[in-house]
Amino acid sequence: MSKPKIAIYWCASCGGCEEAVVDLAEGILGLVEAVDIVFWPVAMDFKKSDVAALPDKGLAATLLNGAIRTSEQEEMAHLLRRKSQYLIAYGACACSGGIPGLANLYSREQVLRYVYEDAPSVANESKTRPQLEFRDDGQTLELPEIRNVVRSLDQVVDVDYYIPGCPPTPRITQAAIDALLSGKLPAKGSVLAPDLALCSECPRRDTKPADLSFAHFSRPHEIMLDPAKCMLAQGVVCMGPATRAGCEAVCPAGNMPCTGCFGPTSRVRDQGAKMLSSLCANIAAKDDADIDRVLDGIPDPVGTFYRYGLPESLLRRKADLATPAGTSAP
Amino acid sequence: MHDPNWQPRIVAFFCNWCTYTAADLAGVSRLKYAPNARIIRLMCSGRADPQFILAAFSSGADGVLIGGCHPGDCHYSEGNLKTLRRFRLLKRMLHDLGIDEKRLRLEWISAAEGDKVRSVINEMVEDVRALGPLDLPGRFADWDGEMTRLETRAQAAAEQVSEAKAEAAHV
Repeated sequence: MSKPKIAIYWCASCGGCEEAVVDLAEGILGLVEAVDIVFWPVAMDFKKSDVAALPDKGLAATLLNGAIRTSEQEEMAHLLRRKSQYLIAYGACACSGGIPGLANLYSREQVLRYVYEDAPSVANESKTRPQLEFRDDGQTLELPEIRNVVRSLDQVVDVDYYIPGCPPTPRITQAAIDALLSGKLPAKGSVLAPDLALCSECPRRDTKPADLSFAHFSRPHEIMLDPAKCMLAQGVVCMGPATRAGCEAVCPAGNMPCTGCFGPTSRVRDQGAKMLSSLCANIAAKDDADIDRVLDGIPDPVGTFYRYGLPESLLRRKADLATPAGTSAP
Repeated sequence: MHDPNWQPRIVAFFCNWCTYTAADLAGVSRLKYAPNARIIRLMCSGRADPQFILAAFSSGADGVLIGGCHPGDCHYSEGNLKTLRRFRLLKRMLHDLGIDEKRLRLEWISAAEGDKVRSVINEMVEDVRALGPLDLPGRFADWDGEMTRLETRAQAAAEQVSEAKAEAAHV
């Protein structure tokens, strides 16, 4: 019997998720013994046409990382969806938009103008920008279109499972692959990580006070962090209470607060709103001016609470950004 | 320009003990006020999870009003203060997300203040009317139009190919 075929693909991502697969270390030998990797652009020389030549559902699974941001990524997502029995959103960007998803705070024009004209490291006097089509000597070259909106994978195609994290840890990656190979998979649409808040596996959990009370918020670079005490008890915003467990609290173990990359548990629809709710409820101040003074310690609420999940949040994107179709003002 | 028949849609989260009772009082006192608020009764304004507020906006509300007991009067002692703290940050966050701060309002309305229910709702409806529709469901559909265009193009290309093949087979 031939081995099951799998594909690993990347879209709008940094490459960290590819590293995470390599981080399986000797576990990767077990993986290639059990499956044939037939498409993995970052590591192996197969082409899109090789995937297109496969029968539909010819791939047992595709691990797709990265957000969906260009027309080409959309096309590949559709192609891999058609060719895969299981399409798995691998990593925070594919699951919920990730760091690239923060581009949903800006219009495409703002992003392009900054990247190709205004960034301090750019010298581009002719203000050249990539075009969708370029003709030279009778030949036409086409480039993919950058979309106005950054999307999570499931906003583009149907997704079977989610492996969260920025990047997913080797442990949950291995567990997911084992589940896939043994056929012991949970219900479709599940996130393949524990359905508990991160605090449940944090080494600092015993120092988390039952009744938190914030007199001020500090950012990690502003104070000397106690390496053993709950971050929240030190007045540092730690996303642990609103974030899914599974990473074994690597950031708190490294003396940094959780920033929320595993996304919410199944009981929460909007991670940012839930974290805002929990933090604010425990502010000590009781009138507008004092409350605002405490809240000044969170200068960027969207970037803090939705660092990995703005596209998947209830509002998805800054509401009053122009789209080329030209919508009305808010 | 938006639909001339558009009317502001306000979702109002009122606490059971004060503001909802005040809305009841406004009713039995036969006070007339704008019919644009859909009132949802919660046991406490502190139950108004920020997720509810964002869900209201993303489902088509043009404004969200929260009504609770005056500070010091909360049936659960400090539920209204929890709401006040969330409201202060949520307003700032909504601003960063391009939603005008007049679309979210928090008011303390005691059970005796039926008249305040009337004035607050009337005022808010006029504020939101001046801002125009938020229409997030419409915006979502508009944003996602860019994907449909790709699918349509891909479909057209596929049809062209199959037609060409059919023709070739015919010849």
